[in-house]
This record gives sequence, C-alpha cells and structure tokens, in this order.
Amino acid sequence: MDYTSYLGKRLAQLVPVLLGLTVVVFLMIHSIPGNTADALLGDKGTPENVARLTQQLGLDRPLPVQYLYFVKNLVSGDLGQSYRYGQPVQALLAARLGPTLFLTLYAVGLSVLISLPLSILAAVRQNRWPDLAVRTLSLGGFVMPSYWVALMLMLLFSIKLRILPLSGYGRSIPDHFRYLLLPAFTIAVAQAPVLIRPLRAKILATLRADFVMTAWAKGVPASRVMLAHVLRNSLISTITILGVNIGWMLGGAVIVETVFSVPGLGSLLIEAITKRDYPVVQGLTLCMAAMVMCMNLITDLVYTVLDPRVDYGK
Amino acid sequence: MQTPQRIRVFPRLRISGQWNLYAGLAVVGMMLFLSLLAPWISPYDPVQNALSVALKAPSAAHWLGTDNFGRDIFTRVIYAARLDLQIGLIAAAVPMVIGVALGALAGYFGGWLDVIVMRIVDVTVSIPFLVLILSLMAILSQRVGSGLSSMYIAVFLAGWTAYARIIRAEVLVQKQQEYVLACKVLGYGHARIIFRHILRNAITPAIVFAMSDIVMCILLASSLSFLGLGVKPPTPEWGAMAAEGRNFMLQAWWITTMPGLAIGVTGLGFSLIGDGLADRIDQGD
Repeated sequence: MDYTSYLGKRLAQLVPVLLGLTVVVFLMIHSIPGNTADALLGDKGTPENVARLTQQLGLDRPLPVQYLYFVKNLVSGDLGQSYRYGQPVQALLAARLGPTLFLTLYAVGLSVLISLPLSILAAVRQNRWPDLAVRTLSLGGFVMPSYWVALMLMLLFSIKLRILPLSGYGRSIPDHFRYLLLPAFTIAVAQAPVLIRPLRAKILATLRADFVMTAWAKGVPASRVMLAHVLRNSLISTITILGVNIGWMLGGAVIVETVFSVPGLGSLLIEAITKRDYPVVQGLTLCMAAMVMCMNLITDLVYTVLDPRVDYGK
Repeated sequence: MQTPQRIRVFPRLRISGQWNLYAGLAVVGMMLFLSLLAPWISPYDPVQNALSVALKAPSAAHWLGTDNFGRDIFTRVIYAARLDLQIGLIAAAVPMVIGVALGALAGYFGGWLDVIVMRIVDVTVSIPFLVLILSLMAILSQRVGSGLSSMYIAVFLAGWTAYARIIRAEVLVQKQQEYVLACKVLGYGHARIIFRHILRNAITPAIVFAMSDIVMCILLASSLSFLGLGVKPPTPEWGAMAAEGRNFMLQAWWITTMPGLAIGVTGLGFSLIGDGLADRIDQGD
C-alpha cells in the first residue's frame, strides 16, 4: 500500500466521526428550550418578525430537514449568527483563531523543550536522584490546577519582578512571544508530565535496543549515540503523544486565555457561555474539534514519514 | 498439604516496594479525616464574615491566614475538601460504572453494539474534554440550573468514554482466553461470564486510570468554579476560593495560594495510589 492510498484511507476514516460530530453538536443546540428567532431579534422580536425569521431560517421544518440545512450551511462556511455580538459566528472565530493557534503551538514548543532534556536526564540516571527529581516535578505539574500555576507565575514575573506583561496578546510577533510566554509556559507545565513519563520509558527501552548497543560497540561518540539514535527515536514518540494530547492543550488554553485575558477562542468560549450565546458555543465546539482532528491527522502523517517502519496497510 | 486458600478479589497487600501506595493512602486518608472532622478541628466558621481580622497573614491563630472577609483559610480549605473530594469520587465513579459496563458489552458481543459505542467514543474524543463539558453545561444550565448539577450530568454524559475504551481493549484480549471457553462449555450465561469472570481480569487498568481520573475531576470542578461556572461563593470550594483571592494577590497571596496547594496535596495522594496500583500490576500480581 503506498502513501497516497494510505492518506485516502485515513481521510475516509474521518468522515463518520465528522458526521457524528455534526449530529451531536446539532442536537445539543437543538435541545435548548426557547426560540432561536426570538433570541436573534432581541428587542425587535414582534410576532410577525419572529414568524418571518423562523421561516427564513427553516426552523418550522422537521428536524432531519433542519439538520440538512445545518450541514449545508456548514459546508459553505456559514456557522450562523451570534446572539450577542451581531456578527456571523465564523467572523468571530476567524478573529480569535490566531492567538489560540499561536498559544497552542508555542506551548507545544515549550513542552518539548522542557520534556526532552528532562526525560533523557531521567532515563540516563535511572533510579538515581535526577530521575527521582524529574518524576517528582512531573507529578507536581500534573496535579496542580493550571489557573493556579498561571496566577502564581503572574504574581512572580509580572507583579513582583515586573519583567513580563501581566495580560493581553500584544501587536507584533516578538510582542506575541513576550505576552504569551507565561500562558504558554502554564500549558507546558501541565503538558510536560504527560510527555515525560512515556518518553522516559521509551528512551530506557531504546538505550537497551540492539542498534544502540551496536553504536556503542562501534565506538560512536556518546553525544552522537544520544542525538542520532536515541533522540531521533524518541522524537517520533513525542509527536504521537503530542497529537493525542492536543485536545487537552486546547482545554488548557480555555482556562489560561481567560486568566491572562488573551483574545483567543478559549476566552471567547467562556464569554459566549456566560452570555448564553449558543451559536457561538456551537461554532467553537465544532471549530476546536476540527482542530483536534486536523492535528491528529497531521501527526499520523508526520509519523509515517519519520518512521519508515510503519506499515500503511494496518 | 496446604489448606486451599480463599480466593481474594484483591490480593493481599505487600509492604515491600509499595511505599507509594501507602503514602498515597495516608495522604488521602488525612484529607478525608480533616474534612470529615472539620467542625471539631477548627473553631472558626467557614462562611461567616469576620471583617475585623480580614487579610491577616498566616499565624498561630490563623494557620493559613484569613481572606478579605476575615474568614479563616485553613477552615475553608478543610470544609472545601468535603465538597471537592465528593465531586472527585462521584464524577469518577459514575462514569466508571457506565464505561466499564458499555465497554465490556461492546468488547464481548462486538457487532452493531460495538460499532455504536465506539463511534460515540470517537466523536467524544475528538472534542477537547473541557470544551465538551463546557458546552454540555451551557445547554444543561437551561434545564437543570447552572453549577454543580449540570456539571455532574455533563461529566456523566462525557466521562464514561475513557473507561469504555480501556475495558473494551482488555475484554477483547480476555475473551480469547481458555477460561472463557471453559465457562462457555460449562454453559454459563453471558452475563455471568462477562461480569463474574472476564471483568475480574480486565478491571485493573480501569481502576488505575480511575485514580488519575479522580485528580482530573477535582481539577475540572475547581477550574469550572474558578471560571465562575461551578460552585458559587461563599460555599467553600478550592477553585472558587482561588478566584476570590485573585484581586488580593499582592496584599494577601495566601488566599489564592493555599487552596491550590490543597488541590496539589490531594492530587498527589491519589496519583501515588494510582502509581502503587500500577506497580503491583507490573510485578504480575
């Protein structure tokens, strides 16, 4: 089986999940009591107006027909109208997507930068104090709530030491890096333990593998054994674990964006929920699920490129 | 000749190499003890204002200091433990029962049941968990009211999928074993085979996962309260307390810091128990 047909098969697997996702989100919003037309019109909700809009939006049709409308609009990129912001939902999402993508990728980068050296250290010094220290630290990262970590970092770096901005997103790219350093680090603190544990195990296994033995026996310098053999193999598993955990990172972004007032999708979600702006909640749920699916797809594809041993047929 | 031993559901605990299990049990036990005996341990009221002693730093009279309403933080932390532990246990236990049952049935019978359960699992997993819980809560709040009750229902609706995946995978392995064939030859019913024989061999990974799930549920509940969507003040809850202290970070860091540390200690306890249990499985118990 070649790469293209593998790609085709992998995309085909997404179809039932996507369909299921649209059904779930459609039913979720549909089960809200109250009239959508009423909510959209607000003060202008005279009975005639409501009746006209109800007909326009197809809300008087049977449920399956409404679902088909919903999917049709979705395909053409129409996610409906926000109740509160007076804008199409897709426009709101587009405006907020950038900061969240930036934050998530930044957090991915930081968590790799934290986890890789720590897991190598823990594996090389297995069961000695560096290993114990790394394991204790990662346990701490797992059990501390991220809003708390965020507030503590804020207190230390922004309020006491005054070396980093308190909140916001900034205007230029270097600004984004500075403004999002603490938010991204907060997510990375929660994510690193999830990476370190399997990575440490993987590196321990790789260190005992035959090809590493051979490398040592050939007299390959230690740095090269670690970089070219051990690290390359552990990078592959890092990517897989990151792909699986992207949903957790987006969840973390919701909390962290709210604490640091980053104008991203996560803080929009909390605003929309507080304001009962259901079309926005619906659009965000779909959008974030789509991001998770894309990331899973990308990691799968990258994985097959990086590791030629993967059998496409499976 | 030895007398035949009684078969144990949980094999006898061995002390050696089990320090993490016992340390975890001790920590969780201490939290339970403090929270249950809170009215006898602390002389203060967890909700009543005492503005004359507001924003006092930790001292002999107020071990963890006081908040902006003069309430003793230690008292509120241990009262909050009642609610947070309860949430953690219920929000992990109910999905566990649902997920174990559905996962076992799906794995054992296969066919359309398996397809339906696994499709639901696939869809649920594709939505970030916190986002799923938040949007379910947004909708449920219209029907059952906001706060704790809608959070419980949302977690029950979404949380079982992780357990179903774990148990299904285990059951798929177990049902190929000879003892299952023996059960069938003996003419046992499906229910008896699944729930008395297969599950007994398949349940351990789910129990280990449940320990970290308890931690995640406590983190979830406290995060929701922190965001103002869960438990509402003045009810003592760790996340809500941390949120209340936000505006006083500079004058009184302890208001926000202490509830977070309480979560950390509790989470540490459950994680250690989980690690200990996982170690036992690795040793081949």
